[in-house]
Amino acid sequence: MNFPSDLLYTKDHEWVKIENGLATVGITDYAQSELGDIVYLQLPAPPGRVEQGRAFGTIEAVKAVSDIYAPLSGTIEAVNEVLASTPELVNQDPYGKGWMVRIKPSILETEKQNLLDPEAYKALVG
Amino acid sequence: MAARPTALTPIHEKLGAKMVDFGGFYMPLQYTSIRAEHRRVRTTVGVFDVSHMGEFVFRGPDAEAFLDWVTVNNVRKLQMHQVQYSCACYPDAGIVDDLLVYRLPDHFLMVVNAANLEKDWAWFVEQKRGNCEFENTSDRTSLLAVQGRNAEALVQKLTKTNLSTIQYYWCVEGEVATVKTLISRTGYTGEDGFELMVKNEDAQKLWGALFDAGKEFDIEPVGLGARDSLRLEMKYCLYGNDIDKTTNPLEAGLGWITKLQKGDFLGREPLLRVKEEGLKRKLIGFEIEGTGFPRPHYPILSNGKQVGQVTSGTVSPMLERGIGMGYVPAELAEIGTPLEIDARGHLLPARIVETPFYQRPY
Repeated sequence: MNFPSDLLYTKDHEWVKIENGLATVGITDYAQSELGDIVYLQLPAPPGRVEQGRAFGTIEAVKAVSDIYAPLSGTIEAVNEVLASTPELVNQDPYGKGWMVRIKPSILETEKQNLLDPEAYKALVG
Repeated sequence: MAARPTALTPIHEKLGAKMVDFGGFYMPLQYTSIRAEHRRVRTTVGVFDVSHMGEFVFRGPDAEAFLDWVTVNNVRKLQMHQVQYSCACYPDAGIVDDLLVYRLPDHFLMVVNAANLEKDWAWFVEQKRGNCEFENTSDRTSLLAVQGRNAEALVQKLTKTNLSTIQYYWCVEGEVATVKTLISRTGYTGEDGFELMVKNEDAQKLWGALFDAGKEFDIEPVGLGARDSLRLEMKYCLYGNDIDKTTNPLEAGLGWITKLQKGDFLGREPLLRVKEEGLKRKLIGFEIEGTGFPRPHYPILSNGKQVGQVTSGTVSPMLERGIGMGYVPAELAEIGTPLEIDARGHLLPARIVETPFYQRPY
């Protein structure tokens, strides 16, 4: 199982990469492996607003449907359009081509405290 | 109670399969990907460990009469080495289980669902009549399903039995990879293929031989996840989803195995009444128009009103759209009828379609 060191994580198994004031969000390798084959994603269109800890989309996998929770509050700046036709990228490359949305965080410094570092996340999923 | 392993569990674990508890057994859900395994069976050949299935042996002069009494299909018409799809009903016509009956030289063999193994055994023991002996051989029997268009060529490499002479739903006792095997041209995928029944101690040897011989046929192991989507593309019923003690075989579309004229059997009286009065509801197959994933228990709506619920559903890996099954009132069960599936508050437009959903191209 892969836990890249330059990412922050949520207990709901999303990852966040903060770069140049933007947060790229996806689900973790652990999450995609637990879900199995992903067949659809429902993601909001920009410029939707999201709120930390609130569901903003759904993932339909063969085995189950599950919600995707926003790791940070803010506005959606971009959605990974490619996932509409190739959702399997989330299984194949969860930290790369399988990214889901880019968020412009509104209260990053406060909310960052609620995210997990790689060690803490690794401990969570054991 | 801990889930029971099969003789092949060490192999599944070594292959890195995702293991789940299914019907009390510790079984492989998938090895790599449900959709890839599904397509493997539809295009070349896949092998399933289905050793969780139960096997009962019935012997004695009254075995045939007993089985004819407890199952809905006509056991008397079953020829030597022929296999019959059937189901057992309660006296009220609710379904105990769906099953296969084999006529073999000195006994009948029945294959039942793993999740129903204990229940079925208790039921048959309770119904016992005449001079008939029962034996539950499930714990010492392994079953491998080799399914897909390359199945015959693959298994033929490992046996002297001429497989081309075995018709669909017939079987032969032979040897595969020098292992004593009941070779049966049956399956739960809609593909050509065989189910190979062996003793537990021979299961790993047979599995190994199949994979050694199977490289040139693009063989891969297939888990229960793909087994479910494969059977669903064929609209084959799954006990616990599409049929159970609250459904009767006629409304489940199993009229073709229900031989009401064969003589008396358990469930016949209420089934005759159902037939006379007409079906109140029918198990239909529907397709989602557009994207969407119908899941079991989602409400089925017609003109905004709930008329049933989804019993099985998936996104078909071959059709690449949502398909499912469910009971709707008989007057709505026409091909082409528009429906809506309530997917957690999202209404997905759907339409009743001809089944099987998938037709094999050979």
